[in-house]
Amino acid sequence: MLEYIKSYLGSNLTPGSAGNMLWAFVYIALIFLGLSVAVIAMNWLERKILAHMQVRLGPMRVGPHGLLQPVADALKLLLKEDIMPAEADKLVFWLAPLIVVLAAFAVFTVVPFGPTHAVTDMNIGILFMLGVSSLGVLGIVMAGWASNSHYPLIGALRSSAQMVSYEVAMGLAVVSAVLMTSMNAQGTGTLSMIGIVQAQQQQGVWFIFKFFPLGFMAMGIFAIAMVAETNRAPFDLPEAESELTAGFHTEYSGFRWSLFFLAEYSAMIAVSSIAVTLWLGGWLRPFPNLLGGPLWDLVFSLAPGLSFLALGAMAAFNTFRMPRHSFFRVQTVGLALFAVLLAMIGVLMLAPGVRERVQDIFWFCFKVAVFMYLYIWYRGTFPRYRFDQLMRVGWKVLLPAGLGVLILTAIVGVLV
Amino acid sequence: MVAKFKGQYGTGLESWTYLGQNYLIVDRALIPDILMLLRDGEQFDYCVDLTAAHYPTREKQFEVIWILYSFERNERVRVKTSIAEGDSIPTAVGIWPTANWLEREVYDMFGIQFAGHPDMKRILLPDGWKGHPLRKDYGILQQDQEWVQINLGIESGQ
Amino acid sequence: MNDPITHSLSHLDLNTKDETFLDSNELIINMGPQHPATHGVLRVILKLDGEKVLGTECVIGYLHRGVEKIAEHRTYTMFNPYVDRMDYVAAVSNGLGYCQAVETLMNVEAPPRAKYIRVILTELNRLASHQLWLGTHALDIGAITPLFYTFRDREEILKIFEKYCGARLTTHAFRIGGCLYETYDGFEREVKKFLTFVAPKIDEYEELLTTNRIWVERTRGVGYISAEDCIALGVTGPVLRASGVRWDLRKAQPYAAYSDFDFDIPIGENGDTYDRYLVRMAEMRQSLRIIQQAVDGIPEGPIMAKIPKVIKPPVGEIYHSIEAPKGELGYFIVSDGSTQPYRLRVRPPSFINLQALDQMVKGQMIADVVAVIGTLDIVLGEVDR
Repeated sequence: MLEYIKSYLGSNLTPGSAGNMLWAFVYIALIFLGLSVAVIAMNWLERKILAHMQVRLGPMRVGPHGLLQPVADALKLLLKEDIMPAEADKLVFWLAPLIVVLAAFAVFTVVPFGPTHAVTDMNIGILFMLGVSSLGVLGIVMAGWASNSHYPLIGALRSSAQMVSYEVAMGLAVVSAVLMTSMNAQGTGTLSMIGIVQAQQQQGVWFIFKFFPLGFMAMGIFAIAMVAETNRAPFDLPEAESELTAGFHTEYSGFRWSLFFLAEYSAMIAVSSIAVTLWLGGWLRPFPNLLGGPLWDLVFSLAPGLSFLALGAMAAFNTFRMPRHSFFRVQTVGLALFAVLLAMIGVLMLAPGVRERVQDIFWFCFKVAVFMYLYIWYRGTFPRYRFDQLMRVGWKVLLPAGLGVLILTAIVGVLV
Repeated sequence: MVAKFKGQYGTGLESWTYLGQNYLIVDRALIPDILMLLRDGEQFDYCVDLTAAHYPTREKQFEVIWILYSFERNERVRVKTSIAEGDSIPTAVGIWPTANWLEREVYDMFGIQFAGHPDMKRILLPDGWKGHPLRKDYGILQQDQEWVQINLGIESGQ
Repeated sequence: MNDPITHSLSHLDLNTKDETFLDSNELIINMGPQHPATHGVLRVILKLDGEKVLGTECVIGYLHRGVEKIAEHRTYTMFNPYVDRMDYVAAVSNGLGYCQAVETLMNVEAPPRAKYIRVILTELNRLASHQLWLGTHALDIGAITPLFYTFRDREEILKIFEKYCGARLTTHAFRIGGCLYETYDGFEREVKKFLTFVAPKIDEYEELLTTNRIWVERTRGVGYISAEDCIALGVTGPVLRASGVRWDLRKAQPYAAYSDFDFDIPIGENGDTYDRYLVRMAEMRQSLRIIQQAVDGIPEGPIMAKIPKVIKPPVGEIYHSIEAPKGELGYFIVSDGSTQPYRLRVRPPSFINLQALDQMVKGQMIADVVAVIGTLDIVLGEVDR
């Protein structure tokens, strides 16, 4: 048994590729845990960032600076009455959130957090990701249909039309990135997620900068399409609260609703990680060419630990800024503990053994976080598109642009 | 303007001014003609309001009032006519579309029927409402108690 | 008693059942009365072909409180606070219209200082009403941020109201014959401070929206209504002006002290939602101009005309209207010489403007219904009274 565990540690393959079931399960558990934490953190961050954009404070009561608000929300949702409409199609109504969540989580099987930090390295990884992530629309249509109500039905119809049309543009952008992976001596490309990142490493350029501005445009198309794909503002028509009250999940409540919520955020993280993998060099650290050499390698490998230390310092600073009043004692202690926790994580990450292993995960998550911030920023800035305008943008702007970029990439690739 | 109308319609029409506001009192029979003439001949193209008042002691209990405005002349005029209980009055929806909801409201509140209105039904009150609240003989308590007794099964809503 | 839901919906022809279930391709949905974008308890029944609106029917009256009946049972003075509850976001305008109508009926006039105070407060209220409109309208179209900006700035206006008369929304600021309260110490200074505070804020709202591509796409050409249709439907206020009619009661038939001030009537050209947005934004700036002039030129003197303790207007009837933020707000009062109005009719701008909804959204998309309800700037308290 011990041998079995140890046998994987020496290899530099993903557990899936190494055929090691146990470690694969460990990875799955870790990713599931990390994703849940990420969704919780994202929930809090979205509320806080959006609030600060909108001249208000956001959650401040539950825990220091509302840090425990997502936990309270989750508890509330779990304890809430779970209402199923009398006229609903029971089985489908029950199944729909499950499908959405499964689709959103299954994608993470192939997401490469590092050269070996993925559950498995599928040779058709990117196809798998696109395929499974678009399975979510099935759940949404089922939810809208099973609710047996008008608003969810319209929401589901909008959602299916929207996701199908944006998938086309998204696919074209992805193909142009995949095309770039074949710009090597052998002329063989790859569909493997890890392979795509390694191709960027070999070619010494992130695909966003390759054949400028073609890579950039492809990523732009993808970045727009992925917002539409995940039904977020300004493409949040399926759940446009001012038109369709809540769209496809109008009739859902309690735990089932929280599954939709979970799925939405993990889908956002999933598509952001596709974008990061394809164009932003996945787990690679920034400026590998400009700031190369062992010294810079060391500096960049210290970044994860230092940033956690900085977060800890921020929390500590705010601990001292807490009002000196007995009402705030619990909150102050909580924030101090949080600061200590962050600092400890930071110190742990500075340790040489951990440092090397963690830094690729850190860079990957950091890049994904940038996209997540963009999601929040869009939501605070843009009004919502109308349905016909959405379709026009999808079919008449993004699709031709995606085709054009693909063709140009192919031409330039042949010429170079 | 009034002189012209008088020549045309004779005694069916009187004109008054009170505190600088002009109004015409018109026979019910002349109403569609006069309103049409006011819109087309005198540019009273904007029907500001249409309402009614209830005078239970009079022989003709209801007074229907059109308040008109002319953008051209920057001037208002009120047209009034009296009708008896149960009488109907020709609709003005064809003249000013805005009269649609206003007439429905008058029907709702006073029970005055407008003949030829496309959709004569209550607007502010629910369809099953009994009585017309702005009539003077409509007590404000009786309605409430009846509703409460029927729907909630208790004695009084007050 | 019949349930309101079962009543016949004549012009949408909802009662004819389809022969088979599969043949039907029109969707009837109920928007409201509990819906986030209907600004209260408006219920709109939409007949849809996919996303396209084939027809609408408004069901109103959920907030009906019988204001006109109440008026017949209250004295003139007692009824004054009730008018604040109609258009509750522009309560000062309602009060102004009512007080002036009764004053006209009694043939008295408020003293000049009272008139200036009335103008200042009414214009502040117009600004507050437009700010609320902008925030909620943008929210309906999906831009959530302007709401918080406008509410932040509206708060300053409400603070001034609170300091002046003790209430923020249902102010009951004016009395028949003038004003009850003299301005508080520093009123002029605070209003001036507010003016300099809010002018850049209005630019800030415009920065967020005016050139925002999605905003322009969502509003331009949406909910078009021509000037002729506006007049025929009796639509007034910014909606009428956005269709190109330069008509504002403050200029056409000046009341209070409006004839003393220099201001423009902004108009639009296209009569669509975008123009209505621009007109209201311009109106906010004009309001600032008016307030500035009024604060600078506020005369000294009494604030209450000589009126009897018991208000008993002579027998007669009167119609008086003002330019409320939403359009022409009129009061038709019949007096029988007693202390109570014999008949009091309110000409509610929201009610009459709402009637245009059907025409404005026919053939457009569901999302436009929300935009048009927002752009009409209705307040259900006034629609239902």
